[in-house]
Amino acid sequence: MGLSAEFQVKDEVLIVRLSGELDHHEAEELRDKWKEEIYKHGIKHVILNLEAVSFMDSSGLGVVLGRYKEVLQLGGEMVVCSISPPIRRLFEMSGLFKIIRLEESEQFALETLGVAS
Amino acid sequence: MKNEMAVEFLSVSENESFARVTVGAFISQLDPTMDELTEIKTVVSEAVTNSIIHGYNNEPNHQVFIKCIIHEGEIELVIKDNGVGIGDVEEARQPLYTSKPDLERSGMGFTIIENFMDTIEVISNPGEGTTVHMTKQLINSKTVCK
Repeated sequence: MGLSAEFQVKDEVLIVRLSGELDHHEAEELRDKWKEEIYKHGIKHVILNLEAVSFMDSSGLGVVLGRYKEVLQLGGEMVVCSISPPIRRLFEMSGLFKIIRLEESEQFALETLGVAS
Repeated sequence: MKNEMAVEFLSVSENESFARVTVGAFISQLDPTMDELTEIKTVVSEAVTNSIIHGYNNEPNHQVFIKCIIHEGEIELVIKDNGVGIGDVEEARQPLYTSKPDLERSGMGFTIIENFMDTIEVISNPGEGTTVHMTKQLINSKTVCK
């Protein structure tokens, strides 16, 4: 079923909305697009909305971890929201919640980053 | 009831989703929970991705093999390649270990498999390919059988 990615910039925040299946096959193309969006718009923070992601494996974790490192370099923060229970387990298993903040919704994540909608 | 299937396909990344959907469809006759189905699909994705990226170094002209046996609510899954093999299996299975950090690998593949399956055995030697043998007892089926 593949993966589609939607990017939106609000102030210094890049919102990344993914839908579909994030595996190794999809990860490489997503990495390139996501990287370009980070540097093109001069953003600082990233909100990753996983609400419509139906499948994810360790290749997906790799891409998220890679972007986390870039955002950290920019002095920003990465926030994940609307995560499903199976993907939440993957994040917990790999300790990603120690470095990436989890919020319930995109709206709430935006507010914590100081963006009014 | 015992049932078995085998499938082989080219080592291209498009086949990662083919592999997990195929195994998912086969085990659905055991009436797994949604969690169990997701776990099995994730495990297939991890092992097949390992064969493609590591076993075959992303070369698209090799074969990956899957065999799946179901027997009284237990799933036995074998995923095999004839690739470069693993020198140090213990090291490869460590959480966060990756032999290819430049490719943005998380190093969590084997750890996820260990968490989602009951048993995992990795048989590999340099130059002799890798076979990952896994089993998992489904919770539902176990209670029905007793």
